Amino acid sequence: MLTEKDVRYVANLANLTLSDEEFSRMSHDLAGILSQMDVLSKVDTTGVAPMAQVLFDDTDETSTLRPDVERAPLGSDLAVANSAVTSGGYYKVPRVIEKG
Amino acid sequence: MRTISEIQSGLRSRAFSAVEIAREALAHAEDTNSSTNAFISFSRERALAAAEQVDAQIAAGAELSPMAGVPVAVKDVISTKGLRTTCGSRMLENYIPPYDATAVERLEAAGGVIIGKANCDEFAMGSSNENSAYGPVRNPVDLDRVPGGSSGGSAAAVAQGSVPVSLGSDTGGSIRQPASFCGVVGVTPTYGRVSRYGLVAFASSLDHIGPFGRNVSDTAALLQVIAGRDLMDATSASAPVPDYLAALRNVDIRGMKIGVPAEYMRHATGDTAARVHESLDALRGLGCQVREISLPNTDYAIAAYYVICTAEASANLARYDGVRYTARSAKSGSLNEMYSNTRGEFFGPEVKRRIMLGTYVLSHGYYDAYYKKAQQVRAMITRDFTDAFREVDAIVAPVSPFPAFKLGEKVIVVPLAAAASAARRLPAPESALVVTMVAGFTVTVKVVVADTESGSVTVRVTVVLVPPAPTAAVKLKVRVAPVPVNVRLERTPAGLCDHEVVSDVAA
Repeated sequence: MLTEKDVRYVANLANLTLSDEEFSRMSHDLAGILSQMDVLSKVDTTGVAPMAQVLFDDTDETSTLRPDVERAPLGSDLAVANSAVTSGGYYKVPRVIEKG
Repeated sequence: MRTISEIQSGLRSRAFSAVEIAREALAHAEDTNSSTNAFISFSRERALAAAEQVDAQIAAGAELSPMAGVPVAVKDVISTKGLRTTCGSRMLENYIPPYDATAVERLEAAGGVIIGKANCDEFAMGSSNENSAYGPVRNPVDLDRVPGGSSGGSAAAVAQGSVPVSLGSDTGGSIRQPASFCGVVGVTPTYGRVSRYGLVAFASSLDHIGPFGRNVSDTAALLQVIAGRDLMDATSASAPVPDYLAALRNVDIRGMKIGVPAEYMRHATGDTAARVHESLDALRGLGCQVREISLPNTDYAIAAYYVICTAEASANLARYDGVRYTARSAKSGSLNEMYSNTRGEFFGPEVKRRIMLGTYVLSHGYYDAYYKKAQQVRAMITRDFTDAFREVDAIVAPVSPFPAFKLGEKVIVVPLAAAASAARRLPAPESALVVTMVAGFTVTVKVVVADTESGSVTVRVTVVLVPPAPTAAVKLKVRVAPVPVNVRLERTPAGLCDHEVVSDVAA
């Protein structure tokens, strides 16, 4: 069973600030959905290899490597153009290292 | 709206110009938007510039490229350089992509004219288009109904006649289901067939880009243009792209073996099943052999899908942290608070729910039980299809068990046994609550019954089902003696979570 403590732990892992109302709603929602996901535990998967991707089957048609050819990058101006706060062509974020 | 071939023959005969067609499409889309809300943004300048280029090529006597002068809507999760791409989210309200998706680049290189960005569920998470931060899309066929989702705007733009074709994306039915709900053609191509470069990632092992159209040949023409290996997407396949239009010109399906999965038909409501049977009769009339097949692991598909897509989404959406993508919370203390506050403020409820679930199933101690297990079940489901295709050439099934439902309403299908138990839990004098629900969903139904004498009465019914559930289903009927009421059931976007239902009571 999912406790509110579990939900707070997961929200912290997900870097997600939730309101008290969202927490109680989320506990309820997640518990309901997880109980549905639990049907998976009934499936006998002995000897079945997990499938992460449909490609990568070693045939030429799905080989995923490309020649390592030099090409122009996006450039830093464009790369930071959508940032909320920039400074001198860099992303600007709250201070991480405090002065000693 | 004309078909692609009508547009092209009109351009050749100079009956109209590409600019005229673009203006006509833009005017139609803009006028219709107040009723359907199919578009989030329009791209008049870009469209007219592209159309002028087509007209210049025609004037110079050049041969028409395959999409020359064809107006197209592009789902707002597909990047368009210099043109706002919101993903239906407040998080990306001001995001201007610095590059084009490969599908967009190929479409425009083939003469396509992008008139705007189509509305969709936030980050493509949903199946009714009610999850967009820019308001729901309404089904052009019946404005009280949803267009399906998440590519609801792309389907509606075609259905309402603004464009002959559009681009959408599909992770768990997001092209197929809105195409079905709006009565247009939608194709989710084979994984790897169309490059996803520039498609804003939701669940990378499941995301596809694909076309919508009013008819099969227009849809095929668009797929032709966007298909094929792209060095910018390592998951795009090198397999040669067939000539789809040529294949359509030489159709002979006599003797083709068609499989109809029993597990899919089992949940179909009466109307839906009737339409599928009509189509099967038509196929028989064309000389196909139709037979029932089994895809035995179907009942586990939703659970496996939900684990995989939320797990991948939680990783993919980690990038929206207030640093790179426009939105940043004003309530920013430390770096970590800035991350969390930004995500808390700018993501919508469904996106938060999926990020939470995905983070949970990937977290320590649960990875094997959920994520690894779901990947094993996915392999078994794949094997079901591989086995089936040894027996049949094609599989025909309903896209959705029911047709388009009303906005704010949930069509729930519950097996009889559960329905009976739900009915028993209703206190007197309410006589019966019978709910129909797709097996495998957990539903909390809150029925608010307006009673003119005593105010309102709240009845809560919780139905929990675990597949394999009984297959018989009945339609919802609620009667509260002595006043008959209609109950509206809220549907949740994912179709897999609880439903808080507030009734719309009509005495």
